[in-house]
Amino acid sequence: MFKAFSTVVMRDLLLAMRHRSDILTTLFFFVIAISLFPLGVGPELNTLREIAPGVFWVAALLASMLSLERLFAIDFADGTLEQLLLTPQPATILVLAKVLAHWLITGVPLVLLSPLLGLQYDLSSDVIQVLMLTLLLGTPSLSLIGAIGAALTLGLRGGGVLVSLLVLPLYIPVLIFGAGAVEATVSGLGGTGHISMLAAIFLLSLVIAPLATVAALRVSAE
Amino acid sequence: MSSNRFNWFRFSSPATFYPLAGRLVPWFSAIAIILIVIGLYMSFFVAPTDYKQGEGYRIIFVHVPASWMSMFIYLVMAFWAIIGLVFNTRVSGMMVQSLAPTGALFTFLALWTGAFWGKPMWGTWWVWDARLTSELILFFLYIGYIALHSSIDDKRRADRASAILVLVGVVNIPIIYYSVKWWNTLHQGASVSVKSGSSMASIMLITMLIMALGFWFYSIAVALARVRSIILERERDANWVSELPEIKR
Repeated sequence: MFKAFSTVVMRDLLLAMRHRSDILTTLFFFVIAISLFPLGVGPELNTLREIAPGVFWVAALLASMLSLERLFAIDFADGTLEQLLLTPQPATILVLAKVLAHWLITGVPLVLLSPLLGLQYDLSSDVIQVLMLTLLLGTPSLSLIGAIGAALTLGLRGGGVLVSLLVLPLYIPVLIFGAGAVEATVSGLGGTGHISMLAAIFLLSLVIAPLATVAALRVSAE
Repeated sequence: MSSNRFNWFRFSSPATFYPLAGRLVPWFSAIAIILIVIGLYMSFFVAPTDYKQGEGYRIIFVHVPASWMSMFIYLVMAFWAIIGLVFNTRVSGMMVQSLAPTGALFTFLALWTGAFWGKPMWGTWWVWDARLTSELILFFLYIGYIALHSSIDDKRRADRASAILVLVGVVNIPIIYYSVKWWNTLHQGASVSVKSGSSMASIMLITMLIMALGFWFYSIAVALARVRSIILERERDANWVSELPEIKR
């Protein structure tokens, strides 16, 4: 069972390495979206420091959502997905593996890049640490929840717009607690409560999302 | 199976459910109209003026029942979604589909009347308070359901895919209900609760309950009327539809 899990993860990572531009587009979307705000709001550092948590989290949300389509669409088009669902290994494990690979490709780079972008917003090192921690805890939940939306909209016309309509409302709790933790740290209140809530959301979605995703995949791929 | 046992699946077929819904709709509509007329009369002329909030509080008689219905209809949708996924019955999916617009309507009504209430009481149309935000998410969930369902052409697949979406979104309902307790922000706490009873005058409570019942019957009547149209639309090629008196003529 673990072998099947690691095989799927390695396969997806290998595929992603062969299409490196796909990863880079998501990453650069994140960078550009964050860099647009100082140009729109104005370069006042005090304002930037205040809006930074929200901007980073909204950009992470959108970047993660934009990359969702790739999660199942290619496998669905060439029939791999059907084979995966037919294997004797439990489908939830395989879905978890695909989600993990998706997170490694799209979530981890965002986490690693955020300190650099944090400097653009003049964030102190404490705040940057909390920002990285919340992104590290929050982006797996985004991938897990997003997988449900990606599975539901598989092979539909206008899937890209539809997936945003389905997934963004479910992302809102992650956004509230993720940005809330950073904001609480900036204002000196300490963000441990928010971080615990983020961890709780992650655990909850880890339990529920694979089941819902498999059910949705079975409906979509039949 | 013994013949005297009631068969719960008798009405899970569109052919038997369609005439049943047709017989029930006038009753539910009549009760809904009577209750809402009585409720509106009581809320405008019988219920006393609130000593703190003045006349403006009267919007509570629409606001609270509409909010209750917005959450309750979602739970009913989730119930039918589970039934549909487990027993694979066709009418369940149609019921979910027919309830969704009414639920979205009540959610919008709750938000809208809340804004009208908030302006004189809080001095603002909208605050990013926990309950308002979670109710807004509920509205998005209804819209998402409707969008997903209408973008899948195969209606059986649409039923099952969107049933999964409804079940995932159910997580939001307890969050809305307990949000005023958990976060304690601007929106006032629940006026009515099972444990401590009501925190307001009994005449106001009775008026509110009458309005809630009226909205309840309205929702049932509208959902049943809508499900009849959905059945006709989806079963248009079936034999029993072409033999209906209103189709045959």
